[in-house]
Amino acid sequence: MNKTPNNKAWWLVLPVFLLVAFSALIPLMTVVNYSVQDIFDQNTAYFVGIEWYQEILQDERLRESLFRQFGFSFAVLAIEIPLGIFVALTMPKQGWQASVSLILLALPLLIPWNVVGTIWQVFARGDIGLFGWGLNSLGVDYNYTANSVDAWLTVLLMDVWHWTSLVALLCYSGLRAIPEAYYQAAQIDRASSWSIFRYIQMPKLKGVLVIAVLLRFMDSFMIYTEPFVLTGGGPGSSTTFLSQTLAQMAIGQFDLGPAAAFSLIYFLIVLLLSWLFFTTITHMDKDKS
Amino acid sequence: MAEIVLNNLAHSYLPNPESEQEFALRELTHRWKQGGAYALLGPSGCGKSTLLNIISGLLQPSQGQVLFDGNEVNELSPKERNIAQVFQFPVVYGGMTVFDNLAFPLRNIKAPKAQIKQKVQEVAELMELTDVLKKKANNLSADQKQKISMARGLVREDVSAILFDEPLTVIDPHLKWKLRRKLKQIHEQLNITMLYVTHDQLEAATFADEIAVMYQGKIVQFGTPQSLFEKPNHTFVGYFIGSPGMNFIPVSWEQGECRFGNQTVTLTEQQEAALNATPSTNLKIGIRPEFVQLATSQERIEHSLQAECIHIEDYGTYSLATLMLDEHKIIMRVEEGERIAIGHVSIHFPNESLKLYIDEYLAGEVVSE
Repeated sequence: MNKTPNNKAWWLVLPVFLLVAFSALIPLMTVVNYSVQDIFDQNTAYFVGIEWYQEILQDERLRESLFRQFGFSFAVLAIEIPLGIFVALTMPKQGWQASVSLILLALPLLIPWNVVGTIWQVFARGDIGLFGWGLNSLGVDYNYTANSVDAWLTVLLMDVWHWTSLVALLCYSGLRAIPEAYYQAAQIDRASSWSIFRYIQMPKLKGVLVIAVLLRFMDSFMIYTEPFVLTGGGPGSSTTFLSQTLAQMAIGQFDLGPAAAFSLIYFLIVLLLSWLFFTTITHMDKDKS
Repeated sequence: MAEIVLNNLAHSYLPNPESEQEFALRELTHRWKQGGAYALLGPSGCGKSTLLNIISGLLQPSQGQVLFDGNEVNELSPKERNIAQVFQFPVVYGGMTVFDNLAFPLRNIKAPKAQIKQKVQEVAELMELTDVLKKKANNLSADQKQKISMARGLVREDVSAILFDEPLTVIDPHLKWKLRRKLKQIHEQLNITMLYVTHDQLEAATFADEIAVMYQGKIVQFGTPQSLFEKPNHTFVGYFIGSPGMNFIPVSWEQGECRFGNQTVTLTEQQEAALNATPSTNLKIGIRPEFVQLATSQERIEHSLQAECIHIEDYGTYSLATLMLDEHKIIMRVEEGERIAIGHVSIHFPNESLKLYIDEYLAGEVVSE
């Protein structure tokens, strides 16, 4: 078959190009533009080059917030992934029990972020909240508005409550996709329950776990609404995570330049970590040549 | 290594089976001798896999006993029964290399390292997997994976029996033939009881010394491939074994004459005695296409039947002729030297090859020792 060269065909790519331009490229470039200028008002801006970047990297507040963020995301993954797998393994496999547990698990995922924040804000209060009041009457000195450790743990607990279901549901679907013959073969080969988990269930779960880890990492790394509603970032700045610091800088103080510079660094961190994680996992499958 | 005995075994997948139809496996008693190579042959859904899973312990039978060397093993897990089983579709532990896959059953019984290495090498060589031992099992083709599955069944030497559940389904025909030979070889070397489930009569006949034909949850005949061919115990065996299958003609027994339409068939004394003894009206005669003869000599003409040849298929060294015997269609195999044409033919059923079936089961045979 002869191919007819026709450069008009390039026009067919135009809609996609426009779409990507307006949804991603142009907004991103705007941020890049802000990050290299010092903006006073709509008509007054000076080009400052990489100064904002230099300043941002020295900024104590941002650095603390970044470490806090890493700590939080790491804790979220360390708890939610194993817990989600465990929940999926213990869920009933069929019958009405399976449907009921699926619905129960899906419920937290359906609640809007700021409602989750509000729920926990009330739930964890020492005077009227069941959780806070219960802890206090058990003799535990708990107050998430005054004690930064308590506040931190409450935010973490809230995230675990909200998002472990996602990991569990993903893993559950992965587990259901394993054919019965694998378990039968494992029984015949005298595999222990640990071996079944390690060599049959885990390898089959890998695909969904990659998605779960990526989603939970990105989401927790960008967490904003829930801690904002629950603790407002306090006490002090103990629960002020990156996006909140950024919002304060951009909207609260109108420091558009540094905020833009930091947004880009923020974006690059997420991109880099996700890419690193994804490539490591996918390379594990290949044969060593 | 063990002798496997099934005692009044039956199984239903329903909790409270009421009729016989609800049993996947009807009551059966059977003995598989130590070191035999057996095939379980039957169409899909006849209970072959159910029987296999009961023997290996993956399934608990609803009733009856499974005995290994005289000891009841009903309550024992597959682990404790020490069984190896290969499944219809390949099961490989994807994250592991081929070597680790083969070593897996040995590592689970904590075999010494040197022994694992030696045994894996040996089996890999046998199954022609040596080249891929270092590769990840996930990245191989379906038939390579099935070879791994089979090899994993062969690495443990001390097993009571090896069960194969249609292991060659996914493998291409050329390799199938090779692997079947290999299994036979392995059987001769190791002297382990092997049970091979299949729906392919050729596969069963080449692998096994004795074949159990299953039909509707029962073993309807157990014997050598030859006896299945020459003396089918049940109309199903006649129909299922051989290609094409046996011809069956419903007959009636009136005043000492075996008739269908307006033709009369001569039977042996034993067959007539059996007909006299039964009140049943479900009577059939059966003859294999290979044994139907053209009536040529004088002796044959006396007992000949008149038929109409309506179709001939030429297969080179032989042809298959379709004959109308009254309203019954029968197939006849015609050898190269013989001549047959469309139109009227006289045929003859030799007495020793003409079988009588009462209620679908063979009757009136001479009891031989």
